[in-house]
Amino acid sequence: MSKIHVSTSINGDAVEYLCDPSETLLDVLRNRVGLTGAKEGCGSGDCGACSVELDGRLVCSCLVLAAEAEGKEVSTVEGLADGDKLHILQQKMLEHAALQCGICTPGILVAAKALLEKNPDPTETEVRYWLAGNLCRCTGYDKIIRAVMDAAAEMRGA
Amino acid sequence: MRFETPSTVQEAVKLLNDSSGITRILAGGTDVLVQLRLKLVEPELIVDIKHIDAMRDITAEDGGFRIGAAVSGAEMGEHADLVALWPGVVEAMELVGSTQVQGRATLAGNLCNASPAADSVPAMVAANAVATIVGPNGTRECPVVEIPVGPSKTSLGKGEIITSIYLPTRPENSGDAYLRFIPRTEMDIAVSSAGVNLTIDSDGVVTQARVALGAVAPTVVVVDDAAKAIIGTKLDDDAVNALQAACSAACSPIDDKRGTVEFRTKTAGVMAKRAALIAYSRAGGSK
Repeated sequence: MSKIHVSTSINGDAVEYLCDPSETLLDVLRNRVGLTGAKEGCGSGDCGACSVELDGRLVCSCLVLAAEAEGKEVSTVEGLADGDKLHILQQKMLEHAALQCGICTPGILVAAKALLEKNPDPTETEVRYWLAGNLCRCTGYDKIIRAVMDAAAEMRGA
Repeated sequence: MRFETPSTVQEAVKLLNDSSGITRILAGGTDVLVQLRLKLVEPELIVDIKHIDAMRDITAEDGGFRIGAAVSGAEMGEHADLVALWPGVVEAMELVGSTQVQGRATLAGNLCNASPAADSVPAMVAANAVATIVGPNGTRECPVVEIPVGPSKTSLGKGEIITSIYLPTRPENSGDAYLRFIPRTEMDIAVSSAGVNLTIDSDGVVTQARVALGAVAPTVVVVDDAAKAIIGTKLDDDAVNALQAACSAACSPIDDKRGTVEFRTKTAGVMAKRAALIAYSRAGGSK
C-alpha cells in the first residue's frame, strides 16, 4: 500500500508525515508525530477524548483521515500552554480538581477553548450542551463545568 | 484503499464509476470513518469531495438556498438567513451528534447514510428539498424523499454523487419544525421523530402542510392524511389530534433496544403534534 505524503501545520509548526490512506488523524498525531495528548476513547466520535481543532473547527480526530489534514491547520491540547505557563483553562481544571483519571481532560480542554473563542460569556447550559460530546466517567461533570465557567470569567477580565 | 481528492465533479464521478470495488464518498466522514473502523466496509476507493468548487458553499438561489454536499451542520447553524428561512431543517441537522460531529457532518451525508432515524431527513422531506445528483449520465434533480430506499440503501446509481441539496423558497407566513424523542437531552439517536412544514393565511388558517416521520419505518414516511387533517384549520385541538392519529396510523416501526413498536407509534404522533404547533407559531400563527 502506497503512503500519502501530507504537509500540514500542527500548533503553528509546519509538519510533514507519510500515512496510510486509512489512517486517522488521531493515529498519526499519536503514533507518527508523537503528540499523545489527544486520546482514543471510543474511536467512533462518541466520547470526544480525541478532540482537536481543524482549521479552527472543533472535530473528533478519530473521524478525520490523516490525509485530509493536507494544507490545514491542526490545533491540539499540546498547543494550549505557553511554554511552562499553563493556559487559564488548564490552571482552572487543576484548581477545581476537575479531573480524576485524566483521559477526557485533553479533549475537554480543546473543546472548551473552542467554545470560549466563539462565545466568551457562555451560560452554564451552553457550556453543558457544547461539552455534551466529551464524556467523563469520573467527575460527574460538575467540577469541569465550574472550571470552564471560572476560566471564562477570568479570560473576560484579563 | 486509495484516497483521492479530485478538484472537479466530473473527475470524482469518473473515479467512482471506474472503480470495480467498494467505494465511499468522503465529505464530513462522521459515518464513513466509523464504518471503516468497525470494518463494516473495506472500500477500494475513498473520494474526498471537499476540494471540489461549491461543495462547501451555501448559496442563495431563487428565494431558497442551495447547500453544498460538504457543508457542515455547524456552518448551516451559523448562516442566519438559512436559519430564518428553514429553521426546522437547520434544527434537525443540528441534532445530529455532538459539537465535534457538527463540525464535520453534512446534510447530504446524513441523507446518503440512509438511516431510518436520520434527523435531518424528515425535516428535509417536509421542506420538499431536492437533491442535485451528478453521475456518468449527467446531472439530474431528485426529491430528497426518493433517495433513501431502506436502511443503509439509497437510490443512487454507480458513480452518482449528490453535489448539493436545494431548500426551496416558501410563501410568507410559513414555518417548519422538527422534533425527535430520545430518552435523554442530547447525543442520542431518534426513537421516533417528525418534521412539519406549513403555511398559513392572514386569518391563521393552514393553507398547505407537509408532515414526515422518522425512525418508524424502513425509510422516512410522508403522511398525507396528517397534512389533510390540519389544512383548512387553525390547528385547533380536533385538528392536531387528527394529525396525531394519522401519524400514528402511518407508523410501521421495529422493536429494538431504543423503543418498542407501541412506544414508537405513540410518540411519533406526539412529536408530530408538537412540531406542528411550533411550525404554526413560527409561521406567525397565534393560539
